Amino acid sequence: MHSERTPWALRLAAYGGLAFLHFPILVIFAYAFNTEESAFSFPLQGFTLHWFADAFARQDIFDAITVSLKVAAEATALALVLGTLAALALSRRDFCGKNGITLLLILPIALPGIITGIALLNAFKVAALEPGMLTIVVGHATFCVVIVYNNVVARLRRLPASLIEASMDLGADSFQSFRHVVLPSLATSLLAGGMLAFALSFDEIIVTTFTAGHEVTLPIWMLNQLGRPRDVPVTNVVAMLVMAVTTLPILGAWYLTRDTTDTAGSGK
Amino acid sequence: MSSMAISPTSPAPRTSLARRVSALLYRRTTLALLLLLTPPLLWFGVVYLGSLLTLIAQSFYTFDDFSMQVTPEWTLANYRALLDAANLDIVLRTVSMALAVSAMSALLAFPLAYYMARYAKGSEKAFFYVAVMLPMWASYLVKVYAWTVLLAKGGISWWLIDKLGLTPLYEWMLTLPGIGGSTLSTSNFGRFWVFVYIWLPFMILPIQAALERIPDNLLAASSDLGARPWQTFVHIILPMAVPGVVAGSIFTFSLTLGDYIIPQLIGPSGFYIGNMVYSMQGSVGNMPMAAAFTVVPIVLIGVYLTLAKRTGAFDAL
Repeated sequence: MHSERTPWALRLAAYGGLAFLHFPILVIFAYAFNTEESAFSFPLQGFTLHWFADAFARQDIFDAITVSLKVAAEATALALVLGTLAALALSRRDFCGKNGITLLLILPIALPGIITGIALLNAFKVAALEPGMLTIVVGHATFCVVIVYNNVVARLRRLPASLIEASMDLGADSFQSFRHVVLPSLATSLLAGGMLAFALSFDEIIVTTFTAGHEVTLPIWMLNQLGRPRDVPVTNVVAMLVMAVTTLPILGAWYLTRDTTDTAGSGK
Repeated sequence: MSSMAISPTSPAPRTSLARRVSALLYRRTTLALLLLLTPPLLWFGVVYLGSLLTLIAQSFYTFDDFSMQVTPEWTLANYRALLDAANLDIVLRTVSMALAVSAMSALLAFPLAYYMARYAKGSEKAFFYVAVMLPMWASYLVKVYAWTVLLAKGGISWWLIDKLGLTPLYEWMLTLPGIGGSTLSTSNFGRFWVFVYIWLPFMILPIQAALERIPDNLLAASSDLGARPWQTFVHIILPMAVPGVVAGSIFTFSLTLGDYIIPQLIGPSGFYIGNMVYSMQGSVGNMPMAAAFTVVPIVLIGVYLTLAKRTGAFDAL
C-alpha cells in the first residue's frame, strides 16, 4: 500500500480541503487592511493600516479584552486544579461509578453549549446569584476541566508506576513523590492543557451569552458588532487579532506534546 | 541477617506530620481517592449536574401566559406544546439540518483524513495535523463572521461565481425550494455550507485516527488474496473507518443541534431549536418552555450516543 505512488486526485482533494479550511480565515486577514468602510466588495479597494489605530483607541474594545483575559485566566486556573485532581483519582484504579464520573466530565462539551448555558443560568436564578464575572468563570471552568483532564490522564497513563515505587523505596513520602516525580513529568501536559483551556475560554460565545449578565467579553462584543454595519473595519481588525491571539497557545500546546502518541488538541 | 529485622523499639526514620498523613493515605487508598475526587465531584455533581436536573425539573413547571409567571405546579403542557405543528417544524428543521451537515462533513472529510493517515509522512503529516487543528480551535465567532463577509452581496463568493461563469447555475440553485433564497447569505444552502465548514475539522480527526489504526498487514493480506485496490478499499478500509465517521458525526450532529448563532446570522428566517431556547428564556421569559426545548437535543443525543456505542465509535474518539 505504502509503496504505491500517491494518487494525484487524492493529494489534490486533501490539499483542496486544507485550502477550504483556511480560506475564510485568510479573507478576514485581508479585509482588516481594506480601505472600504461599510461593505465587503471584492476585489479589495486599497491598503491601509488606519483601522488598527482606530481599534486600539477604542475603550470598549480594550475593556472587552480585559474581561476576556481575566475570565480565561481564572477559568484556566480552576480547570487546572479540578482537571488534575480528577485525572489523578481516575487514573489510579477501577472503582464503582468511574465510568459515570468520566461521562460527567465530558458532558459539558458533548452536549451543545446552549444546554450548559441555560442550565447554569437557570441554576443561578434559583440560587439568586446575579450574573456577572463569577458566573462566566463558573461556566467556562465547567467545560475547560475536561481539556486539562484529557491531557493529564494521557500523560499519567504513560508514567510507569515503578517510578513512583522507586521514589517511595528511596524514602520519599507520597507528597514528596508527587512533587519531585509526578509533577515534573506532568508539567508539559499541564502547560498544554492549560493553554488549550485558555484558548477555548477566550473565544467561547454560546455559554457566555447566557451567563454574562451585563459583562461584555470580547466574543460578546463581536456578536453585538455584527449588527452594526458602520463599524465594519474595526470589527475586521478585532477578528484578525482574536484569531492571532488564540493561534499562539494552540500551536504551543501542539509543540509541547508533538513527540508523544497523544498530541494535545486532537479533540475539542 | 540480623540487620534485616527491624525491632519494634528501633526509632522510626522520620515521623513528621506529612509523613504520617502520607502513610495513612498510602494504606487507605479509598480515603486518598475520596480526597482527590471530592473537589471535582462537588463541582460536577452539584454545580453542573444540579443545574441540568433543575433545568429538566423546570420543563415540568407551569407558565401562566397572562401573568407571565412560573409556578412550580407539575404539568406536561410544555411537552404537549412541543408537538404543536409550529414547534414540531422547528425540531424537524434542526434535526434534518444536523443530519445533512453530518453526511456532507463525512464526505468532505474522508479524502483529507485518508491522505493524512495513509500517505502523509513525517513533516507533511505534522503539517496536516496542525493545519486541521488550527481552524478547529480558531474562534468560532470569527469563522462565522468570515462567512458573512464571504457571502455578502458583492463579496468574494459573487466575484468568484461570476469569474467562473457559474452565474446561471447559481441563479438556478437559488430558485430551488428548500435550498435557495434571494441571495446566498439568506439561502438554506448558505447556512448548510457554513455549518459544514465550521464542524468539518471535528470530522477529519476521528476518521484519520480510525484509518491510522488499520494495520498495514491487513491490507497486504487483502491484496495477497487477490483483491484489487478498490475491493480492499470497499471491504477492508471503509468498514474499519465507520467508527471514526460515527465518532465525528457525534460532534457535527450535536453541535448543529444546539447552535443558534449561525441560524441567526446566515440563511432564511425560521427558528432552530437553539433560537427557540434563547428567545423563550430571554424575551418571552418562559423558562419552562425553553427547558422543554432543551430536553429535545438531550434525548436525541442520548439516542445517538447509544446507537454510536454499538459501532465501537467511542474507541475512535
